[in-house]
Amino acid sequence: MSASNPLPSDPLSTASGAPARGVMGVLTKYWMIFRASLVERMTYRGDFFLATILRFLPMLTTILLWDAIYTGAKAKSGTTQLGSSSISFSYNEMIAYLLMVNISRMFSSMPGLAGGIAREIRDGTLKKYLLQPIQMLGYLVSYRVAHKIAYIATTAIPYALLFFVCRHYFEGHVPTDPVTWLAFLTSLVLAFIVGFYFEASVGMVGFWFLEVTSLLYIVMTMNFFISGHMLPLDLLPTPWSTILKSLPFQYMAYFPAVVFLGKIQGAELARELAFQAAWALAFILLAHWLYRRGLRRYSAYGG
Amino acid sequence: MEPIISAAGLTKTYRVFQKRKGVAGALRGLVKREYKEVRAVDGISFNIEPGELVAFLGPNGAGKTTTLKMLSGLIYPNAGSARVLGYVPWERDDAFRRRFALVMGQKNQLWWDLPASDSFELHREIYGIPSDQFKRTLGDLTELLNVEKLTRQAVRELSLGERMKMELIAALLHQPQVLLLDEPTIGLDVVAQVAIQKCLREYHQQRGVTMLLTSHYMRDVEALCNRVIVINHGKLVYDGGLAGLSERFGRMKLVKIEFASGSVPDDIERFGEVAHRDGPGVELRVDPARIGEILGAILERYPVADISVTDPPLEQVITRVFQESEPAKS
Repeated sequence: MSASNPLPSDPLSTASGAPARGVMGVLTKYWMIFRASLVERMTYRGDFFLATILRFLPMLTTILLWDAIYTGAKAKSGTTQLGSSSISFSYNEMIAYLLMVNISRMFSSMPGLAGGIAREIRDGTLKKYLLQPIQMLGYLVSYRVAHKIAYIATTAIPYALLFFVCRHYFEGHVPTDPVTWLAFLTSLVLAFIVGFYFEASVGMVGFWFLEVTSLLYIVMTMNFFISGHMLPLDLLPTPWSTILKSLPFQYMAYFPAVVFLGKIQGAELARELAFQAAWALAFILLAHWLYRRGLRRYSAYGG
Repeated sequence: MEPIISAAGLTKTYRVFQKRKGVAGALRGLVKREYKEVRAVDGISFNIEPGELVAFLGPNGAGKTTTLKMLSGLIYPNAGSARVLGYVPWERDDAFRRRFALVMGQKNQLWWDLPASDSFELHREIYGIPSDQFKRTLGDLTELLNVEKLTRQAVRELSLGERMKMELIAALLHQPQVLLLDEPTIGLDVVAQVAIQKCLREYHQQRGVTMLLTSHYMRDVEALCNRVIVINHGKLVYDGGLAGLSERFGRMKLVKIEFASGSVPDDIERFGEVAHRDGPGVELRVDPARIGEILGAILERYPVADISVTDPPLEQVITRVFQESEPAKS
């Protein structure tokens, strides 16, 4: 590459104090971003705490709603289980599922990520990733991991309280074997990756369209339903549940919750985790590809 | 020595969406969009040697910022080529990005909610600056700009001038060899402007960094640069020394006269072009060769309270350059 031969006769070139520092150098770079993000995030911890408490309020109406649904189903056809032939939920399991979905979303939801990317493209702050020796996606991942850790740390107490109050729904449904726990934690980490790169990909649309607010709204609303955040996908009629369970969105909410409740086990669990990992990889590649294509367009048309 | 920045025939055309008038027009625009080609930069060529401090001048929309964006690799040109530090900027090689910096007066690079020192630390990591070098450079720069006490304060609490100083420090921490500055003093009060100028001048003297800056403040240009490149409508209209600029475009002398009668005579225009008129005073633009003749004629005819002959200020010279470089209206 011609660029690797910068002005050999230039006496100033010895003053460029930037030695290549290899993998460790790169890691500390993103660690610093992570640390700075964490400190920044903690400035608004009051807001944090309040938002968490408010988040639990809808849970109460959800519990009452499902209580009514199960009572109705029992009165009508004597059934105490809702779902498909392979996976069904008792009333307690349903509430446990809806609580666990919050944990899935704690990892996979990325508030402000797609909109933030689109905004950086529109208002030109994207420049900093072009001017400085740093990659946008790497930067944003470090930033997001920091925010997630700060979020989980500050919401641990209210969540613990919530689960303690609701503990009777979990009786007999807390996994006892380490394999399920390991699979559950893996599925949460993968849920983060799927969620992050999916939303980042959506945000990249900003390279092609200036205004993406309504698109984001549609995607987020759809996601609430098709990820299984609203109800377990097994409760839908057959063609739909099959379709939605073959799409990647379920890995952001439904999948970790049913893994925790032990609804998927053995070889099927291993296969599903492999699928989730494959989707995570696919979204990583998609986001990077869109970023490269988008930058080419951005550099051609404006900046 | 090879030039540190070179541009040859740089051309950038933007495609701008043309909005039609009214609702019907807006609806038609949904189906078929009309675009207009705007040539922001039109075949600009220049070379800058290592260590030069060059001002880039032109009215709004002349193509200054577009050129800076091409030189810093943010956008790529439609035609022509450029080299900065031996690199093609828009290939955005990491080694290139470690050796230059772009400061934009209207854009913020620091973290809003954090003290500037945290952003500096982040820069240290991003650019891989050795610890001792980082400490030394930071110490020098905060002293130079007199902001040692402000680095621990959240950036959002700083004044505009203080924030700009922090931006400048952040941009210089990795000791770039090429510094591009787009309106570094925009919106600043005179004190802050002078502080920024002083910092840039001293930094330039100490390190011999090559600087290319755009500014609307002629005071910046006069204080800092020996060489100016003037562009208008995307075309280069002057490249040379500041003095040469006055010679070429400001050949005229400025004659200031205050009449004792309290009012300017009506026929004053036959002595020279009126640049400014204010009560009993008038400023005339006069060919230097005819100064004696004109002064004699005026003094002979009218009672004069005060009279002086000066070179026109740079601002007027520049305005003239812009006017003369306007393409002829067809």
